[in-house]
Amino acid sequence: MARAESVLRADGLEKRFGALVVLDAVDFTVGCREAVGIVGPNGAGKTTLLNVLSGRNTPERGQILFAGEDVTGLDVAARCRLGIARSHQIPRPFGGMTVFENLLVAAEAGAGLRGPAATRRALETLALCGMLPRANRRAETLGLLDRKRLELARALATEPVLLLLDEIGAGLTDAEAQILVEIIAAIRAQGIAIVWIEHIVHVLVKVVGRLVCMDAGRVIADGAPDAVLRDAAVIDAYLGQAAHAASHG
Amino acid sequence: MIFLNQCLQGIFLGAYYALIACSLSFLFGVMRIINLAHGSLAVLAAFLLFVLADRYGLSPWLGLVLVIPVMAALGFLLQILVLERSLKGGLLVPLLSTFGLAIVIDNLLFQGFGADTRSLAPYIGDLSFASWSLSDDITVGQLDVIILAAAVALLGGLQLFLARTRLGRTIRATAEAPEIVGLIGIDARAVYALSTALAMALATVAGAFLALRATFNPYSGGMQLLFAFEAVVIGGFGSLWGTLIGGILLGVAQNLGAFVNPHGFLIAGHGFFLAILIARLYLGPRLARLRLARLRPRRPRPHAARPA
Repeated sequence: MARAESVLRADGLEKRFGALVVLDAVDFTVGCREAVGIVGPNGAGKTTLLNVLSGRNTPERGQILFAGEDVTGLDVAARCRLGIARSHQIPRPFGGMTVFENLLVAAEAGAGLRGPAATRRALETLALCGMLPRANRRAETLGLLDRKRLELARALATEPVLLLLDEIGAGLTDAEAQILVEIIAAIRAQGIAIVWIEHIVHVLVKVVGRLVCMDAGRVIADGAPDAVLRDAAVIDAYLGQAAHAASHG
Repeated sequence: MIFLNQCLQGIFLGAYYALIACSLSFLFGVMRIINLAHGSLAVLAAFLLFVLADRYGLSPWLGLVLVIPVMAALGFLLQILVLERSLKGGLLVPLLSTFGLAIVIDNLLFQGFGADTRSLAPYIGDLSFASWSLSDDITVGQLDVIILAAAVALLGGLQLFLARTRLGRTIRATAEAPEIVGLIGIDARAVYALSTALAMALATVAGAFLALRATFNPYSGGMQLLFAFEAVVIGGFGSLWGTLIGGILLGVAQNLGAFVNPHGFLIAGHGFFLAILIARLYLGPRLARLRLARLRPRRPRPHAARPA
């Protein structure tokens, strides 16, 4: 049994692509209503961890408990219906459908809502993400910021307990990223647990209460953001041996 | 007046083409598959209806109630056993596998029923020839009117179903991006299997009307597929209303061809189809703009989404 206060618990996750070990005995826990940031250099295994948690990739070893239930064998769709939603780095809206329809179908399929309840969920989510003025635009006509907001809103419309975000800020200006941060903070205030991968660390620490740093498929630091960012292993992973040597020299 | 009658009969014939094209158009819209077994599957349904009528005296209308679920179940199996695998193999494999399926069905039907030509017309009383005379030159067959009504109801109903219902939206989302609908909790495999079942139900209706208005034999499927394909292409792949219009244009072109010359029926139809294809090739972008302007009215309308 998982501890009552954790919504997600992954133990000993291992994922290989051929001979390459991308996740190496990763333990990862997310508490109820907790927001966790994941940082790490490219190739650290961050996105793969999200893929394994969302059900897109199957781990070779390890177990994933969601709300106390073993979900290791479930696919993406089944996990989504249980309450694990995910947004991708590159938004993929249903281009020929309107923004409103994108959310409506998510509320219907992901949250299992019907009729007025589904409509209400879609509209609430649109309002939260500031997309109401775009409700009747076809999704393929949106610009990047709106696509990102739609990607986030569509995941949110499935009524998740846990939201997995993959570099949602990538490619945005600081001002645009700020808009997203405010939306994500509002989502967090609703009590939805969040796991957020982001390269732009100063954006990340505005929302998350805990930071996890990965390198070469392992978790190398886990704790309060300040402590993790000061951690020698983290600095090492980010800046490499040269900087490490320089700081000692 | 004879010219007018030819046009009118062309519209009725075209409605039949739209009816047989409905399943093909829907399946392409959802799964990007051109189902070359469509005609043969429709003929298979026609034979099932024929057996029910001939051996058990069941009216074709009642027979449909039995045959539609059977064909839908067959569609479900077809998706899981054949199409799902072949879809993974690129563009050519679904074409080849459905083409192979067509040959198998045709020859199994030949094995079982021989080469005799059959029709369901004897089993629907005088409906097969009853007509209304509008003037000396213009008569309207009652069955033709039923076919036109069925075509409008089926294609229009399908369009409404896709636009307005929960399952319709699920199908559209899956058609847009099958690899990511899992993210919102949709099982794309189930949606595909359901869509193929629906397409087979539509093919059954097509087979029924083929058998009611004309004759058929085990090798009739190819010609039906050809007309259905032409109707879909003329109307624009992936558009259901387009298919209705495409079918009617094809029917009118064929009848006007026959009006000019008794042998002109097929030539005019195929010629019209080719002319549209070539026009698309050369005027493609301009035609597309024309279509977009017509089908997609002014957007956006802010705040127009209302809670139900």
